[in-house]
Amino acid sequence: MPRVRISGTGARRFTGGLTEFDVEADTVRRMILELDRRFPGIGKQIDESMAVAIDGQIFQDAYQARLAPDSEVYLIPKIGGG
Amino acid sequence: MPKHHVTTTINGEPVEYLCEPQQTMLDVLRDELGLTGSKEGCSSGDCGACTIIVDGNIVCSCLMLGAEANGRSITTIEGVADGERLHPVQQKFLEHAALQCGFCTPGLIVAAKALLDENKNPTEEETRYWLAGNLCRCTGYDKIIRAVLDAAAVMRGEAR
Amino acid sequence: MAADGGFKVVGTRPIRPDGVDKVTGRANFGADMTMPGMIWGKVKRSPHAHARIVSIKSDKAAALPGVKAVVTAADFPHIASEEAFMGEGPMNFRDLSHNCMARGKVLYEGHAVAAVAATTQAIADHALDLIEVEYEVLPHVIDVEAAMADGAPLLHDDLFTAGVDPKPTQPSNVAKKITFAKGNAAEGFKEAEVVIERRYSTKPVHQAYIEPHACVVAVAADGQVTIWSSSQGQFMVRAYCAKLLGIDIADIRAIPSEIGGGFGGKTLVYLEPLALALSKKSGRPVKMVMSREEVFRATGPAAGSVIEVKLGAKKDGRIVAADLVLKYQAGAFPGSPVGPGCMCGFAMYDIPNVNIVGYDVVSNRPKVAAYRAPGAPNSSFGVESCLDELARELKIDPLRLREINAAKDGTKAAHGPTFVNIGYLQTVEAAKNHPHYKIPLGPNQGRGVASGFWFNIGGESSAACHINEDGTATIVEGNPDIGGSRAGMAMMAAEVLGIPYERVRPVVGDTASIGFTFLTGGSRVTFATGMAVTQAAQKVVEQLKARAAMIWDISPEAVEWKDGKAFPAGSNAGSFEPLSLADIALKSGRTGGPISAEVSINAQGAGPGFATHICDVEIDRETGHVKILRYTAVQDVGRAIHPSYVEGQIQGGVTQGIGWALNEEYIYDKDGRLENPGFLDYRVPVASDLPMIDAIMVEVPNPRHPFGARGVGEVPIVPPMAAVANAIADAIGARMRDLPMSPPRVLEALDGDEPPRMAAE
Repeated sequence: MPRVRISGTGARRFTGGLTEFDVEADTVRRMILELDRRFPGIGKQIDESMAVAIDGQIFQDAYQARLAPDSEVYLIPKIGGG
Repeated sequence: MPKHHVTTTINGEPVEYLCEPQQTMLDVLRDELGLTGSKEGCSSGDCGACTIIVDGNIVCSCLMLGAEANGRSITTIEGVADGERLHPVQQKFLEHAALQCGFCTPGLIVAAKALLDENKNPTEEETRYWLAGNLCRCTGYDKIIRAVLDAAAVMRGEAR
Repeated sequence: MAADGGFKVVGTRPIRPDGVDKVTGRANFGADMTMPGMIWGKVKRSPHAHARIVSIKSDKAAALPGVKAVVTAADFPHIASEEAFMGEGPMNFRDLSHNCMARGKVLYEGHAVAAVAATTQAIADHALDLIEVEYEVLPHVIDVEAAMADGAPLLHDDLFTAGVDPKPTQPSNVAKKITFAKGNAAEGFKEAEVVIERRYSTKPVHQAYIEPHACVVAVAADGQVTIWSSSQGQFMVRAYCAKLLGIDIADIRAIPSEIGGGFGGKTLVYLEPLALALSKKSGRPVKMVMSREEVFRATGPAAGSVIEVKLGAKKDGRIVAADLVLKYQAGAFPGSPVGPGCMCGFAMYDIPNVNIVGYDVVSNRPKVAAYRAPGAPNSSFGVESCLDELARELKIDPLRLREINAAKDGTKAAHGPTFVNIGYLQTVEAAKNHPHYKIPLGPNQGRGVASGFWFNIGGESSAACHINEDGTATIVEGNPDIGGSRAGMAMMAAEVLGIPYERVRPVVGDTASIGFTFLTGGSRVTFATGMAVTQAAQKVVEQLKARAAMIWDISPEAVEWKDGKAFPAGSNAGSFEPLSLADIALKSGRTGGPISAEVSINAQGAGPGFATHICDVEIDRETGHVKILRYTAVQDVGRAIHPSYVEGQIQGGVTQGIGWALNEEYIYDKDGRLENPGFLDYRVPVASDLPMIDAIMVEVPNPRHPFGARGVGEVPIVPPMAAVANAIADAIGARMRDLPMSPPRVLEALDGDEPPRMAAE
């Protein structure tokens, strides 16, 4: 199952400082639901302030993005622009 | 205070209007005469977006009072093209992609036209210094200068 | 379609469809609109950098003949604190509301406290003078480190530093602390043979778009709202006004005017909510236009910052450890782009051990807004300057140092993800091989290089492709055209449809005329909206093939589309004369109805951009003036849909970076009032300051875009500040670490201890 890592500090207050988890999920949506189940409140934080990098590709607001069992997954702060 | 009655010539046409003493020429063009091509960027004469030609000289219309137009001959961006025929400066701005947002473009075109009316073969440096009073934040001026120099060549009959 | 080029339209340089209107002055920008019955709105602004609002008395103003409405915070609903990723950066709707109209406290000079609408501008101005505001002036703080210090005046007594464990009990001006780590920096530094540690700083700068904010808003008697405004996104304007005024989104129609520059500064609202409230109260359309002074005093600039960099390397040039501390000013409310700043600083490099800490700090200045690659120019100024100092220490060519440490496909970024499909090394190689790099330098001249990175985003876009009865096409999309994007949209549609570019007309629709579209910014339009346009055109092509099949009475699978015509696919489909788009369009009613498709997507896979720049300067030792002699900007652009507009983005970004490096800054007096709110003393680059800017486009196509495009608009502003600083160091032998490097400061540096450098190695 994919290993999910959290970069940055925004989500740490939900996880008690933990930054790496194995998450049984094959889509970003399922990953968020599973993480929120373990760390209540983190789901909203991810939805609103984080992007998901899957194997180097950055997804923002993309519940349907797929995770493979060996995907490298990072949650990073959301990115805007000017 | 009573308004001023002004009689002037704009883009070759006789024009009459009433204006407040404190109204700038830019205010008059935009708010009284419906000539919104000249733009307000700073109202302190520093950006050149309001550039017009008054009796042959380029002027920031925000630094001129509407009342001062009396008896003068004024050219605005709306008078640069000849009906459907674009002035070479306008045509070259399009070909060289010398505009991005287009806000500084009217002032720049009027200033460039005035340059080429006076100097048929400006150097790059002369062109840059002539246009130094027209701020552009989008283009970095590169394509603008190329467009003006190319327009000059067209007007000299050396290019098309 | 061919991903390796071979396009008919994409890659050429046609004239933009909105071009003639823009060169003749006919295009309508924010302040060019009038509506019948329109009155004028003006804003009363705080003269103090920090003060409690004791009372506001507006009855005299309201009584002035010609005044139709006065509004204050009392006319705006209370909004609960709600974190959101808004526009192009993090903010909070409550903060946005308080930024548009102060509630309880004013937090910067220029902060709006009231607004009036009157029949003439002169009456409105007079009315402002009649509004009496009583303030209790409070101590203020502006500088980022001063705001972080113990005992600094606090802006918000409910702001506790996030990201700190245990959660603080005392409020602070530090809104957030953010950290990133890779490997073990402390251990890594032990392995280093050379360590360089330096501190850099930047002053706040403004996006300085030439067009001030402007809008006309009309609220009808039944509460339906029409907004005409200059913004980077009409859907953003609609959404924010709905939220701030408590109105249903469907009751607002936001129409985008042409926009005279934004660069991130128009990704939020300032005037529209005020004009809406005034229009509602007065029953008249209200026009509001900011003066240049108001733009400087009251709209969001880029953060001032302190950047502390520590690099540890082996003598052969490999960087084994890096440390970065960023302190960014957020202005009056939290939300500086310190996060992206942290992530971009080392993004170009493959460094095994990294530690990054960022602080988001409030201070008594206008709330920071996005400015082209927000956060990255600041951190790259520090990192790229420090790399140059390291290169000199190691006696390694600065481009060679970057080559040695370059991130490539498979490199793990400091913020975690592994890079895939990137073109950084190609930009370094192209710079190294460019003739510029070999031009000999004369006395008082110097050369500097620097690199840059930006993420680029995708996001939500909608686009429609309609085939007209004569075979021409209309494309409707929702992005204000800041830099020539309409042309790109028409080109991509023309390529797919196979018809000439001149027969495709792009239109930027308002919020009622096209599906939801995220704003113009983040270097996203050619990527995301281009993707939507392409998909809509592709759907239309499927329909065209089906219609041809019906006309010929064959199966749709047996039809091919090529060069704007339907062909039978192979001889057993039948021998029919090809049908042009115009032929099929003529029969569209009989074959099923209008031929049209609308696509709404949330585009992912934008792909990052990288750049490497070379800058040559010449210093006048008497005046401290820095002349830019030559500038070459190499950037990986994916595929240039319209090369002229891609070059334009590069040249424009470079120029803003040069201004940021050399002259631009906010100058405050001891009371926290801005002393230079105008273009005379806020000095942006002018035509005579610059040479031609050589924009070199490296094309490493982005496989996730139908034509290979990457975002290009933001990356170019990231390298210039360090490129110029490195060039100055090369020229005069003195390193300047604080921006801007204006003439008085260059003279100070020249008077310093380091000996002048000999010309041309």
